Amino acid sequence: MPDPPAVQLADVSFAYRTGVRVLENVSLEVAPGEFVAIAGPNGGGKTTLLRLILGLERPGSGTVRVFGEPVGAGRPGQRIGYLPQRAHLGGEAPVTVREVVSAGRLAPAGMWGPLRRHDRDVVRQAIHTVGLGHRADAPLRTLSGGMQQRAFIAKALASEPSLLVLDEPTTGVDAESQESLAGLLESLRRDLGVTVLYVSHEFGAVEHVVGRIVLVRGRIVFDGPPGELPGVWHDPSHVHA
Amino acid sequence: MLELEFMRLALATGAIVGVLAPAVGFFLVERRASLVGDGLGHVAFAGVAAGYLLGVSPVLTALVAAVLGALAIEWLRTRGGAAGDQALALVFYTGIAAGVVLVSSAGALNVNLFQYLFGSILTVTRNDLWTVLVLGAGALAVIAALYRALVAVVLDEEGSRVAGVPIAFLNVVIAVLAALTVAVSMRIVGILLIAALMVLPVIAANRVAWSLASTLGLAMAIGLASALAGLTIAYYADLPPGGTIVLVAAGAFLVCAAAAEVVRGR
Repeated sequence: MPDPPAVQLADVSFAYRTGVRVLENVSLEVAPGEFVAIAGPNGGGKTTLLRLILGLERPGSGTVRVFGEPVGAGRPGQRIGYLPQRAHLGGEAPVTVREVVSAGRLAPAGMWGPLRRHDRDVVRQAIHTVGLGHRADAPLRTLSGGMQQRAFIAKALASEPSLLVLDEPTTGVDAESQESLAGLLESLRRDLGVTVLYVSHEFGAVEHVVGRIVLVRGRIVFDGPPGELPGVWHDPSHVHA
Repeated sequence: MLELEFMRLALATGAIVGVLAPAVGFFLVERRASLVGDGLGHVAFAGVAAGYLLGVSPVLTALVAAVLGALAIEWLRTRGGAAGDQALALVFYTGIAAGVVLVSSAGALNVNLFQYLFGSILTVTRNDLWTVLVLGAGALAVIAALYRALVAVVLDEEGSRVAGVPIAFLNVVIAVLAALTVAVSMRIVGILLIAALMVLPVIAANRVAWSLASTLGLAMAIGLASALAGLTIAYYADLPPGGTIVLVAAGAFLVCAAAAEVVRGR
């Protein structure tokens, strides 16, 4: 039996308030191992689409499945590594890279007691994968924006996810860090088979590594490889319009 | 000082409270909910008054009232459609109002009540010590067992929710721990000041710590030192223990803030 799609939305509509639909009749399938950029203007519904996939919102109609299972049931969530928009640290306490990444190991390791040796090894490996091995015990606030973002990606990786979801990961990050992020994500997809969903209002940083772009403006207005994207869509002003 | 039974009991109880209050307060401060302890203190006041009215142990009724108040704040925050500060305000004012009405009904506006409001060295009994020891050890054991989960919620509540972590359960655990801390601490520090001992050591530790774990450890050490030093000063200077303990903790904050400035200036 073939593997189920990593993500499957069937005829999904959603409204935060009655009568104001954010998404209308959206259907989308993402195969395991794909690298998909979901782009579109602010307010176009891409973050809502993401929240539906994560199980943080329930569709008004239609179905959302992750790896063949309905979202919100708990189990699919354990296979998702999630990098929220403007990943933040609650409070003002100093927190080290290792502490941030260890928090990502909670679901697979269980929440009682200290981390076991295997789980600590996974955390260590995740930190090395994003190139922060030498700063593992540094307070996060002493790192650059790009390095902090890598720490949060390591946190998402610590759950050994099958699906990595990133919401506006390039916000506040310099161009060089955006480039290295694109390379890191592509190597995760290629080497570990991780499915990547990259949500952004602009996709310039990943355009050369992404396999498919989905443009969302209340519905899906384009779905295909970047090479087939009509030239006008490459203009950010059009995407924002 | 130590040859006196009441001081030995006060110091032993103060030591447990000094460690417990910042350990629980850590999770409130880092979630930007520093005033929850204060709100629960006011609800505990209603509980103490109810204890006088019903003729049962005020500590027990304060514990019940604080736990109910903590659960109410959590329910209002997550399902009642009230923002965090609104939920706190609702419970805060209802608690103090109920306390005033109940105190008046019980005719208990007297010295005994003031001991609960501001703390007292003289009133700690051997039974109180055992109660604080058992409940305090239980609360610290829960924090140790759930430390990673509680930290994960502090760092990223939404991400933890996606991963299937039982957020509601963990939020209730923190709320009940805060209520428990208020109830067991009020004999020494007093209802009106217990929240300060939950918060001040943590924000002091935040200034000089280098990780979450070191923040928690330092906060507990500052809380312990504040409780023991505050009780000792209160004994020799004949001062109210709650206020003295909290002033020592406030002094610790100033020292830590100054130390952080010196290190940053180098």
